[in-house]
Amino acid sequence: MSTFWSIWISAIVLGTIFGCWWLLWATRKSQTTDTETERTTGHSFDGIEEYDNPLPKWWFYLFVGTCVFSLGYLALYPGLGNFKGLLGWTQHNQWEKEVQVAEAKYGEIYAQYGSTPIVELAQNEDAMKMGQRLFANNCAVCHGSAARGAVGFPNLTDDDWLYGGDPDTIVQTLTHGRQGAMPAKGMMPNMDSEQVDQVVNYVLSFSDRARDPEAAKAGEQVFMQACAACHGQDAKGMQAMGAPNLTDNTWLYGSTYDRIEETVLYGRQNQMPAQKGRLSEDQIHILGAYVYSLSN
Amino acid sequence: MMSCFLHTCARILPHSKPIGKAMSTVNPNLTYNYKVVRQFAIMTVVWGIIGMSLGVLIAAQLVWPSVNLDLPFTHFGRLRPLHTNAVIYGFGGCALFATSYYVVQRTCQARLFSDGLAQFTFWGWQAVMVAAVITLPQGLTSTKEYAELEWPIDILITLVWVAYAAVFFGTVMKRKAPHIYVANWFYGAFIITVAVLHVGNNLALPVSAFKSYSAYAGVTDAMIQWWWGHNAVGFFLTAGFLGMMYYFVPKQANRPVYSYRLSIVHFWALIATYVWAGGHHLHYSALPDWAQTAGMVMSLILLAPSWGGMINGMMTLSGAWHKLRTDPILRFLVVSLSFYGMSTFEGPMMAIKTVNALSHNTDWTIGHVHSGALGWVAMISIGAMYHLIPKLWGVREMYSSALINLHFWLATVGTVLYIVAMWVNGIMQGLMWRAVNADGTLTYSFVESLEASYPGYFVRWLGGVIFVSGMLVMAYNVRKTIKQKDAVALDNAAAQVA
Repeated sequence: MSTFWSIWISAIVLGTIFGCWWLLWATRKSQTTDTETERTTGHSFDGIEEYDNPLPKWWFYLFVGTCVFSLGYLALYPGLGNFKGLLGWTQHNQWEKEVQVAEAKYGEIYAQYGSTPIVELAQNEDAMKMGQRLFANNCAVCHGSAARGAVGFPNLTDDDWLYGGDPDTIVQTLTHGRQGAMPAKGMMPNMDSEQVDQVVNYVLSFSDRARDPEAAKAGEQVFMQACAACHGQDAKGMQAMGAPNLTDNTWLYGSTYDRIEETVLYGRQNQMPAQKGRLSEDQIHILGAYVYSLSN
Repeated sequence: MMSCFLHTCARILPHSKPIGKAMSTVNPNLTYNYKVVRQFAIMTVVWGIIGMSLGVLIAAQLVWPSVNLDLPFTHFGRLRPLHTNAVIYGFGGCALFATSYYVVQRTCQARLFSDGLAQFTFWGWQAVMVAAVITLPQGLTSTKEYAELEWPIDILITLVWVAYAAVFFGTVMKRKAPHIYVANWFYGAFIITVAVLHVGNNLALPVSAFKSYSAYAGVTDAMIQWWWGHNAVGFFLTAGFLGMMYYFVPKQANRPVYSYRLSIVHFWALIATYVWAGGHHLHYSALPDWAQTAGMVMSLILLAPSWGGMINGMMTLSGAWHKLRTDPILRFLVVSLSFYGMSTFEGPMMAIKTVNALSHNTDWTIGHVHSGALGWVAMISIGAMYHLIPKLWGVREMYSSALINLHFWLATVGTVLYIVAMWVNGIMQGLMWRAVNADGTLTYSFVESLEASYPGYFVRWLGGVIFVSGMLVMAYNVRKTIKQKDAVALDNAAAQVA
């Protein structure tokens, strides 16, 4: 912040504290007695009078004490504009220090499994307990504590993979995250409502659930134009793009006509956040083995 | 002349009858505008029951989620802001209007500045509350906590508030006494500061009749929001109610206020430091470090000014403690001060960064708010209403003192159950969230801490049910008192003749 604002902030912070201080001293100085008195100020409001009692001593010192503490605190910590405080504390360096301490303390525990191949690590009971805890802390909020997923969040236990379930791909997904995007109406932005109905019926026909067999038949042509580029001509999906297999009756966004129609009409946006930077390489390695173990 | 004479009497005869009662031989309805006070007093009870019942409903939803009825209008996320608005602005607001109009007239010995504007504040404020009941369940919200109402309602609030300020300060200006009583300082500070903060915080760009976007962005918006949010607590729920305390405690105890000096120091220090405290809601956030620190130190300094009010209220009772045994109204007032002292100790502690790191986002915060809201705000308002209502309707006392006593115990037990449940839950949640295993992973998932919170949620709901049942007892007692009016009016007439 500019020097002006820095001085302004310091002035009003200190002004408020010293103002309280002055108020206390001035009031105490004008006291006529140190002990409780029966004398009133002489005013009466609707029959209510006010004693001219002194400020209670313990209260006075409590007030002074909080002011002194605050001035000390403002000397040590950042509070007066640009003044950084004698300790040089910031919330960022506090966090960095805590992370360093944690890394020094816990790093080795994870490092011991760093060189074990994932397929082998998935059999290691101790490592998998650790993996489960990492999963509960970092993944369960979306994928569920049993890893069975939810609408929009893939089930990780069913061996049906959007991007691939081999160890390297899992680690890749964990490390860098994934951006899934299905455009509205696929590659056919001018798809009309009849065509939407046809293509939805066609997609449903893969699991023998077409509402209208005629429409489903007509939908094949729409599918080829709008969807096949990503989902493939056989609709079995394409893991390189994260395009789901539509023929296995496993659905990320719901299986009903209405849900599939919604997907076609508006598209879907999906994001798996990258764990790199949040978790160490060793932690991601163990987590990868845990995810692998869920379906292997 | 008459009142001068009475005051002299009161000073000469320490055990003479309370002056208020002596004065009631003169029909105060002719001197003062009691009509608007009566209206606000009734609505205090009505909004209290509505707002607190909503609280009980959403507390039940946290124990039994199916109670949200699977309807958007009855969902927790929509009813929670309606609960807070109905209790803070409906119940608390009506109590403040009622008592400030009563107190400013009695202590200035002047009729309200304008009966017409006073009526406008009553109907305007009720319109605001009805609009809240209509819009919030529909999900129409500006999303700012304790300022959820959308822009057209905000404008109505502003109009009502300007009228309120005109009526209040207009009355103060035409006072007959040379000085302004301390209760009016607090009411005045509350009216001015809430006006500034309401307008400041709600500046927004309307995009349609029911949707607007805040004028501020990002962390500035958050800071402005908590500048308001903490002063909804500091000025609406504290300064205003301290005004109430300064009249009804000495009046009910029939004792002089303990220390005029103390009231000067704690008044100026309280209003100077409260406006700073909002930053403590944003510890360890994108808010710059200096603003967090300033928020924290001012919150700590706030301890003594807050306690100044508690001491002045409590010590006013010295020499009159025996009255607690026989006077349940005084009991409400004194216990409210104890809760006030407790929560204003708790607040500065929770504002300390390291304590806040444990308490933030836990039920502890909710417990803290309710020890203030139920223990302090509601109890002092209820006590004030029991003092006020007989006088407003010209009867000697409430219909049943036993029912006031019953209400007192229901309110106390309800509050204690509520806040103890939230303390236990809050500290448990904070500890569970930070517990780590030998490998540094978190010991508990969020859901586990939620499961562990269920007993506390149940006790909180139970506390709420007990508190609301007390409000229903109050409604019955108030109704009976008002109905009693005709019978007692005869007695009064006889007394006047005598």
